[in-house]
Order: sequence, then structure tokens, then C-alpha cells
Amino acid sequence: MMEVVTTRIPPFERFYLLHRDEVLGYLRRLLGQRAEDAWQETFLRALRAYPRLAHGRHLRAWVFTIATNVAMDELRRKHGETVLHDENGAGPATELERDAFRELEHLTGDLPPTERAAVVLRYGYDLPYAEIGAALGSSEDAARAAASSGVRRLRRTLERYP
Amino acid sequence: MSVTPDLDARFRAAALAEGIVDVRYDVIDTPIGDLLVAQTEGGLCRIAFRPEGQDESLARAFGVRVLRAPLDDVRRELDEYFEGKRTAFDLPIDLRVAPFHEQVLHELATVPYGRTETYGGLARRVGRPRAARAIGTVMHSNPIPIVLPCHRIIGANGSLTGYGGGLHVKRHLLELEGALLPGSA
Repeated sequence: MMEVVTTRIPPFERFYLLHRDEVLGYLRRLLGQRAEDAWQETFLRALRAYPRLAHGRHLRAWVFTIATNVAMDELRRKHGETVLHDENGAGPATELERDAFRELEHLTGDLPPTERAAVVLRYGYDLPYAEIGAALGSSEDAARAAASSGVRRLRRTLERYP
Repeated sequence: MSVTPDLDARFRAAALAEGIVDVRYDVIDTPIGDLLVAQTEGGLCRIAFRPEGQDESLARAFGVRVLRAPLDDVRRELDEYFEGKRTAFDLPIDLRVAPFHEQVLHELATVPYGRTETYGGLARRVGRPRAARAIGTVMHSNPIPIVLPCHRIIGANGSLTGYGGGLHVKRHLLELEGALLPGSA
């Protein structure tokens, strides 16, 4: 059977109406009350980049990648604030944690968005798989699978470029 | 999870404020039905009698960053026109058409409210007295009807000939402007 692929880039309004609600739901699960600013930032970034798209395929994955990046920025900001306000935290260890955290975000930059989110939320934010599953709109098992798949992919990448 | 009207409006306003929208459009309710109106940074660029699917056409003509947003100035001027309180439009216009079309549409814009002109008459005005048929083509593809008043162009024998929004709309506009007695033609 021949697969019908639409490559035309739809008018932004159509793309926006199609994805605005589910992206807000996704960001709500990741960020809670702070989701609205991140949601607006996600669609502003999408609109800025929209004329540079080469085709109209994978737009849903594309906007979820943007949303994940915005959420990571926001979580990083909050993580930083939390560290600053942690009176008991030992300085050097905390710094080390933050460096490791940045490294993780950097390393996972090329993973598919779901795997990236699963890896970062699991190993960067220490979220249980049930919560990651809820954040990603899937099950606990699917979140565990996405994280382990992401880790395997990272391992292969690291072996290739030692 | 639904985006609230307030959040939606904030996003649209932020996008417009940042100047990253190629063309914005609105659908407004008028006595002749819903009209899609569209505007670029340069001005009013489209009025369409059938709003459905126009966003695709706008994307091709002006860029893919098409966003729906209120066009209050356009709405106000059209409201005033349909109430019979406005005889000329003050809206800036962004006309992106071939040179001959541009010449004809500029000439068309000088046909005053409440008057009519024939296809042949408009052809003579642009120095192409034998081009009445080509004038018809330009009228048919007029991107900004009503504001560029192609409804004021009629056949030499006084017949209304044709109109993109339908002959009943052409008759309505000419009656509104007093160029046609109700029930005539």
C-alpha cells in the first residue's frame, strides 16, 4: 500500500489549532502552574522558525520537541533557584550536581523528544516512571521503555565517538 | 486540556507585537454574509466572500505565518459602509498583482460611490479601449472586492453580468449605494 505523505507546510493557524491544546496539556504535566508562559513561548518559537521549515512532515513531533526544550529551560531555571535556596546543600557537591545535570541535557540533545524527556526527567529530575508516563501522556511502562531506549541510544552514540 | 480564550488572545497579541506574522485575517459578519478580510504589514490585502480554505491561498500569496486576529479598523469601516455611513475607505492597501491588473485596479478605485462604469469604459480609461474582456478578467480576480469596487462595473447594456460574490450581492451593493433602484436590472 502506498503511503500518502503530506509535505506541504500548512498555514500556521491550522498547525496552531491542531496542537495548541495537547501541547498545553503536556506542559501542564511537566510544569504545573507555570505551564502557560512556557506554552506561549513554545508557539512563539514555533512561529519564528515556521518559515524555515523544509516540509510539513512530523510537525507534531517538532512542536513537542520545542515544548520539551522550553520546559527543560524552565525546569533548569527552577532547579537553579532550588539549589540557591538550599541552605543545607554542600557547595561543591551541589555544583557538581548542576554540572552533571547540564551535561545530561547537552548529551540528550539529539534524542527523539519522548526519549529525551524520559531520560532527562528520570535521571535529571529523579521523577518516578509513573509521573514521567503521565507527563508524556503514556503509561509507566512506556516511560520506562522510552528512558531505556534513550539510554541505549546514548550509549551507542558515546561508543561511536569516544 | 483546552487553551482558554484569554491565553489564546495573549499568544496572538504577542505574535503580532513581535512582528512575526506574515498575514493576519479575521472573519466578519455583514449583511451580505461572512467575509474573510486579511491584512499584511503593508495594508489590507484580501477580502473573500467564501472564507473556507482562504488560509491556504493567503499562505501561498503572503507567507505561511498566517494567523487569525481581530482586524478592528477593517471591521469598523465595513460596518460603516454597510450602514450607508461611509462612501470611501481610508484603509491602506497591499496589492500584489501583475502590472496590468494593478493599473486597472487603481483606475477602478476612482469610480465613485453610487456610480457605475462599463467594462469598455474602464478599458478606455486605462488606454486599452479594445480590452473590455481583459478588464472582465481583472474584475473577476480582484483580491479586495467592495473596497476596490468592481461591483460598480457593469455591462454596456446595463446588465450586471457577473460577480465573485454572486449577482444578488452585486445588486445589494449597488442598491445600497443608490446606483440601482431596488428591484430593477
